[in-house]
Amino acid sequence: MFKRIFNTWFLLELVRGLGLTGGYFFRKKFTIQYPDEKTPKSPRFRGLHALRRYPNGEERCIACKLCEAVCPALAITIESEERDDRTRRTTRYDIDLFKCIYCGFCEEACPVDSIVLTDLHEYHFETGASGTVSKLDLLRIGDTHEGAIARAREADARYR
Amino acid sequence: MTWLLTFWADLPHIVQLGVKIVAIIGPLMAAVAYYTLAERKVIGYMHVRIGPNRVGPRGLLQPIADAVKLMFKEMIVPTNADRYLFIIAPILSLAPALGAWAVVPFTDTLVLADINASLLYVLALTSMGVYGMVVAGWASNSKYAFLGAMRSAAQIVAYEIAMGFALVGVLMAAGSLNLREIVLAQSGGIHQWFFIPLFPLFLVYLISGVAETNRSPFDVAEGESEIVAGFHVEYSGMGFAVFFLAEYANMLLISALTVLMFLGGWHAPAQIPPFVWIPGLFWFFGKLAAVAFLFLWFRATFPRYRYDQIMRLGWKVFIPVTLVWITVIGVAKFFTPFGHWFG
Repeated sequence: MFKRIFNTWFLLELVRGLGLTGGYFFRKKFTIQYPDEKTPKSPRFRGLHALRRYPNGEERCIACKLCEAVCPALAITIESEERDDRTRRTTRYDIDLFKCIYCGFCEEACPVDSIVLTDLHEYHFETGASGTVSKLDLLRIGDTHEGAIARAREADARYR
Repeated sequence: MTWLLTFWADLPHIVQLGVKIVAIIGPLMAAVAYYTLAERKVIGYMHVRIGPNRVGPRGLLQPIADAVKLMFKEMIVPTNADRYLFIIAPILSLAPALGAWAVVPFTDTLVLADINASLLYVLALTSMGVYGMVVAGWASNSKYAFLGAMRSAAQIVAYEIAMGFALVGVLMAAGSLNLREIVLAQSGGIHQWFFIPLFPLFLVYLISGVAETNRSPFDVAEGESEIVAGFHVEYSGMGFAVFFLAEYANMLLISALTVLMFLGGWHAPAQIPPFVWIPGLFWFFGKLAAVAFLFLWFRATFPRYRYDQIMRLGWKVFIPVTLVWITVIGVAKFFTPFGHWFG
């Protein structure tokens, strides 16, 4: 009884609460200073798409359209025709990044490991139309990041 | 040096007054600006994050960036708003918070207007601040703003009374309405400061001060989770900035008054060497900063009160407590041997 009155009138519970937050005041901070510091990324990270090439420079994609078929968001549009050397190749390979949900099914479906999701996540669009990336863009992304893409695939290979 | 003094003495009285006002308001506005940064930093640290640190070294230019941003934003006056009241409201809430500093004695001699009823003046001006909020809520012609204004009015009426009674206790103990004399009554060391004999009144005053400034945990007038931003929901640009300044200026004012009335103003906690070396001005501002820090600490710690709880605390707890303690002071002062303790 006396204790309760004491607790109430000297605001002991409030003081205890203040003590708790006061302790956190001196705690080491968790904050990652984002553009300067970055958290480690898994090799399975699914970011911006890329189309890969074989080491001899030939594009891998054979226009089988499995990725287009598996895509749950209908983000991929492919048109294909026969090339001069009588192989089937894409003439158009568009990914609408606004539709894409980054599930990675296209990469799973691809029989020739052509379409991949890279670990790039720092990109933006300034117009609505630029939300769709074309075949050329995808190939260029693949060319610039081939090293990182190959390394990530290799790191993950033994768990597949 | 002497020519400077004669030059000063030759200036017209109104110019002298103007210079003095600028000398108080200028640093005060800077303090208010950096108090907002301090709040973001302190609350950030208590959330185990680091708060703003991108603008300038360690985020020190953040308040300036905020001010510039708000100044260049459009101030939108809603179509159905009462245009004049809408623009007057933020000024009405900032002006009393600045005006009250006129009677604050920074040291024994450093006070702009040493009027004999300065406590009354302060009480009158701090009560004026609520009109800014009520007028803003009314003039906005928005239901959220109106709800915020109603809440704020009811809350401030409730806590103003408790606050007034707490001050009655102080003036009984000090035997004066003059802030300078109230501080002088507390001279001699920490055991003479009024927060010991008037401890319940000190707590009531501090908590009512938080409620008066509409700060968390008493920020139902703003109540961003239920009524968006309460009374200032329709304000943007400079109108919003002035409300923001008013809130923080009021917090600093309440901190200063708490220091003057309960924590011995410019007096050092003991009249022995390491303490007496530090000038009184530093003691005053040091104590002010400590109380101001408490405001931020409260915000980082306590969840918002429910409205009926606020009313219960104000009417059924604080007012009886202050009334009882005023009686205790009166009895102790004249009928017991501890009278000297109560001033």
